[in-house]
Amino acid sequence: MYTQGLNQAVEDSGPEDAELLARFQAKIDREEKIEPNDWMPEAYRQTLIRQISQHAHSEIVGMLPEGNWLTRAPSLRRKAILLAKVQDEGGHGLYLYAAAETLGISRAEMVDRLLEGRARYSSIFNYPTITWADIGAVGWLVDGAAIMNQIPLCRCSYGPYARAMIRICKEESFHQRQGYEAISRLAKGTAAQKRMAQDALDRWWWPSLMMFGPSDADSPHTGRSMRWKIKRFTNDELRQKFVDATVPQARLIGLEPPDPELRYDEESGHWHFGEIDWTEFNEVLAGNGPCNRERMAARRKAHADGAWVREAATAHARKKQSRMAMAAAAE
Amino acid sequence: MSEHGERSGNERDWPLFEVFIRARTGLHHRHCGSLHAADPEMALARARDVYTRRGEGTSIWVVPSDRIHASDPADKDMLFEPAMSKIYRHPSFYDLPDDVENM
Repeated sequence: MYTQGLNQAVEDSGPEDAELLARFQAKIDREEKIEPNDWMPEAYRQTLIRQISQHAHSEIVGMLPEGNWLTRAPSLRRKAILLAKVQDEGGHGLYLYAAAETLGISRAEMVDRLLEGRARYSSIFNYPTITWADIGAVGWLVDGAAIMNQIPLCRCSYGPYARAMIRICKEESFHQRQGYEAISRLAKGTAAQKRMAQDALDRWWWPSLMMFGPSDADSPHTGRSMRWKIKRFTNDELRQKFVDATVPQARLIGLEPPDPELRYDEESGHWHFGEIDWTEFNEVLAGNGPCNRERMAARRKAHADGAWVREAATAHARKKQSRMAMAAAAE
Repeated sequence: MSEHGERSGNERDWPLFEVFIRARTGLHHRHCGSLHAADPEMALARARDVYTRRGEGTSIWVVPSDRIHASDPADKDMLFEPAMSKIYRHPSFYDLPDDVENM
């Protein structure tokens, strides 16, 4: 799915060895990967911990809007597909948590930060999935935007993150296709189904564009992240790529993005689009989106409800271990 | 140390296991990731769920991460640089008459 973790500041933690810094930067400039036990500037480590853990949280929270439709998908085929997709998101969360752990933060600490509201996840998952067409729109637009962002992350300078992203991109390639297929089917259906498809596009279009984060003018840390090759393209570059790819896909199935300013610019070869409502974006980030409270309540409940399972598994493992020790002692 | 070997003092998480998968009979097991589990049995079950959803393997190994010992990146030059200068260890180093084929 997606992270917006790069859009916030990490404070510099004071002076670091200039020679180590120079060697670190030279390594990145040569396109060599930084590995967990290599020296790295503290701000690089903290930036990555925040970005990767937010990305992991997004995968996990991202299961909720789709989970809403698991039992209500319109056919067995759609149910099986949706179940496979949601299962993938859980796996992707795990790959990413494991990558973040290599930077020295524990899984438990990351989960705490999420459940206590100290960590963010992508703004997009605070919108509701109220119709079946929304599930199509999520796959097509939300996963489409995520893939646009994730493909360059496969070349991220931090080895474990890049390797996780390669695996995720490979597995995720069906996610966008299944969503586009589902919404196309509605767009070609009855008048009511087509209205439902257009309504989903109307509601998901702008939040999907917001997924790329603030415009470049408002992302002061882009330069450093680009220099460190954590980031390869700016927010606005990725957003433009997404619009360029998606507008023709919408029109092909007879749908129209809800933007009166949308027009193709022959000269630049890009689609021009209207101004994004950043007030809405900031409100959602601040916790005031349509589903922020519901999502966090669902996560906390799932964590609390699972406590006995975790405790039982721990007790079972201990019991087996002590039995093995006793058997060994008796020999 | 492994990728995860530096971690310690984390009592709340289950132990970490490294996961190795054999893609097909006849190939080596290859490292593909890691996961937390209460015991090796659970680690295997989770590895199966997480890392073989698309027919990626026919066999799984799980190894407690803290049992892996790894070379120090700082020793990289000392350990591996000497091998670079010994080109006579490769067959292409040797001059043979053109008439000798397939040696």
